[in-house]
Amino acid sequence: MTGETDDSASRNISRRGVFKKVGAVGVAAIAGTPLAPAASSATAQERATPERATTATPQREALETLTAAEADILEAIVARLIPFDENGPGAAEARAAYYIDRALTGPLRSSRESYAANLAATDVYAGSTKGAGFAQLAAADQDAVLSEMEKNVATGFSPNAAAFFNLVRAHTIQGTFCDPYYGGNANFVGWDLVGYPGIRMAVGEDEQRLKAPQPVRKSAYDDAMFTMKGGNARGGDHGHRP
Amino acid sequence: MAIDLKKTDVVIVGLGAVGGAAALPLARAGLNVVGIEAGSWLSPRDFAPDELRNNFRGWPQSAQKANGEIPTHRPNASAPYSPRLPIHPMMNAVGGTSLHYWAQSWRLNPWDFKVASETTRRYGVSRIPKGSTVEDWPFGLEELEPYYDKVEYEVGISGQAGNVGGVIDQRGNIFEGQRKRGYPMPPLRGTEFTEQMAAAARRLGWHPFPGPAAVNSEAYDDRAGCQYHGFCNRGGCHVSAKNSTAVSTIPKALATKRLEVVTQAIATSVMVDEKSGRVTGVVYVKAGREYFQPADVVLLASYTYENVRLLLLSKSRPFPNGLSNNGGQVGRHYMSHFHLGNPVSALFPHNLNNWYGLPAQGVAVDNWADDNFDHSGVDFIGGGNLWVYSDRRPIAAASMSTYGKAPLRGSRWKSFIKENADRYNVAYLQKTTLPYEDNYLDLDPVVKDPMGFPVIRITADYKDNEKQMGAFIQDKMAQWFMEAGAIAVEKGPIGTQLPSTHAYGGTRMGDNRETNVVNRFGLSHEVPNLGILGASVMGTSGAHNPTLTAQALAWRTAEHLTANWKTIANQ
Repeated sequence: MTGETDDSASRNISRRGVFKKVGAVGVAAIAGTPLAPAASSATAQERATPERATTATPQREALETLTAAEADILEAIVARLIPFDENGPGAAEARAAYYIDRALTGPLRSSRESYAANLAATDVYAGSTKGAGFAQLAAADQDAVLSEMEKNVATGFSPNAAAFFNLVRAHTIQGTFCDPYYGGNANFVGWDLVGYPGIRMAVGEDEQRLKAPQPVRKSAYDDAMFTMKGGNARGGDHGHRP
Repeated sequence: MAIDLKKTDVVIVGLGAVGGAAALPLARAGLNVVGIEAGSWLSPRDFAPDELRNNFRGWPQSAQKANGEIPTHRPNASAPYSPRLPIHPMMNAVGGTSLHYWAQSWRLNPWDFKVASETTRRYGVSRIPKGSTVEDWPFGLEELEPYYDKVEYEVGISGQAGNVGGVIDQRGNIFEGQRKRGYPMPPLRGTEFTEQMAAAARRLGWHPFPGPAAVNSEAYDDRAGCQYHGFCNRGGCHVSAKNSTAVSTIPKALATKRLEVVTQAIATSVMVDEKSGRVTGVVYVKAGREYFQPADVVLLASYTYENVRLLLLSKSRPFPNGLSNNGGQVGRHYMSHFHLGNPVSALFPHNLNNWYGLPAQGVAVDNWADDNFDHSGVDFIGGGNLWVYSDRRPIAAASMSTYGKAPLRGSRWKSFIKENADRYNVAYLQKTTLPYEDNYLDLDPVVKDPMGFPVIRITADYKDNEKQMGAFIQDKMAQWFMEAGAIAVEKGPIGTQLPSTHAYGGTRMGDNRETNVVNRFGLSHEVPNLGILGASVMGTSGAHNPTLTAQALAWRTAEHLTANWKTIANQ
């Protein structure tokens, strides 16, 4: 497993934040967001290859649900829940916040109000206890705020701090370990972290011994069978008898 | 006004695990059958290996009827309501939840049919828990055996028999009741981990065996064998190796030209002739229009909650409190199976490679189930099936317990899951659940579905018998994991009787019409041409998954109907 994760750290991993692919204006607007969490490994940082904004095709990434200020706070939270460190990329590199922003306008829409109220509450609580907005705090202070939320001693949250902590944690895990189709688990960093050997459409007996097979890295939707093109690609839905 | 349709012989409400099974013997006997299904057809192309979609998002590509009807729950009539589940345990489609169920396909133990009399005989009547309304079934396992057999072969079940014709086979379940013949397919293969667990069970003197599954272990009925790819848990099969009724009995019934499938149709009421008190057909809504499907016989085949709800919603002059409810028994004797409460998980010092496989690929121990051991020295009746299986996906793995060894965030957590994500296993412990006088279903007085009809309200909780049994079974499971080399075990709380994939009762089957809704053939005591299919007719849960038993009962009701058609249809 160690070897697998070392491989993953050497992949083309963006060390830029989730919302930092929106071009110069977007970057400028969130310039206060910490780029390098304190626990980051120097080695991993050296390996990381920042993406350039000079490619021919512009990357168009709107914030679909969150305000820019909410996105800054959420980005900072996920980066501390699952940090970049000696074990490789974390939730920011997986683009967990990007996943959450999109899901909040769809399957997670029932949580939208909670994010609005509680991301604001996180900032207020950070300001009153640590003297700055959450995203502007040093990593150690951010961790202290999260700890107080987890223990449900932080105030100002709805219905309470622990409930929001658990909600964000669950969604951050989804965004870090989901199929990359959904916008998280970028570059498969989550699957590398837990040593998931990957999606295989058929698994042989030898692949169910204690030693897992070599990882394969693809999305479920790299298989045309499961996409809008699938009918043509596979000649129809075999096995279906309406 | 409802649009009147042409009369049919039989109308089935719901084409899932039981309706889809019953349709086949009816159609083969030459009866014209209309199946009303809220969902639509899904195909292997809908069954992507996608953990978010399958396990977290309630099947967004399916009809969302069930997710608008999630039952409410309170532990008892004076307790606050539990938080409502975000998604319904069941889903709607042709094939119903059999598309994505775990497909464990067990027969009940002989004791499950005779809990009241056998407990009294062996331990005395005082050992029947106080407040329990448990009765013997109106027949024993031997009556249901031929129907189990038919379903096993028509649907396609993999497994290792343990008792064929009274000859015990140590490779199978030595505690199972006598069967006429073995399974049509050999069991699903084991993994290195499940083989290690089996060896540990043998060292303890127990009798491990592979469980039965409605999953092809080899090609069967022109469909492929299982590919073990790891997305069977709440996932449909991309090669149709899982034997949902959508790929097994329903296509066979369609081939007779006697079955008409009406999809995206939501049944809203069963109609009654006020003079005779007989049912005349079913009203359903499709694409905003209301239709009336007349029929000589109506079979309710939706899930337990929906069977009960449709009865309670179908009020008429002869049945002012709901159809077939003049005796006040509809909704009574309800049980959420005690299968998720009191879980046990274990942490091992090495990877298990549980990433592939399926919940039905595993190893079972029945030494502590049912009445397979002497209960003289314990303070409960019944017991649990211990089941260890191979099933893991990344989001669930990263959400694992840290066994008190790491925090839930930050670098220490990350380091912990990096090392341990493939080193834990959660056992599945299905335990005997009994009916009690104060555990029941009714209509929620406040919460309604999107069409404006009340949803089901569950009032039910576990009692002392379940609590004491739960602790006992947890100890046995912990012992098994430790014998296999676990370095830590974690025992979870009992929980309460929330909406469940295993829901029993509400239209219980029995000879006594004072305490049961349907007779021994699954037909209403009060309405001679109304049949009810599904686990809602079961009076005890047993310690095993309900689907095969519900399918065998449905098949039996269907054959009874065809053998006595003129009488039941009043022709």
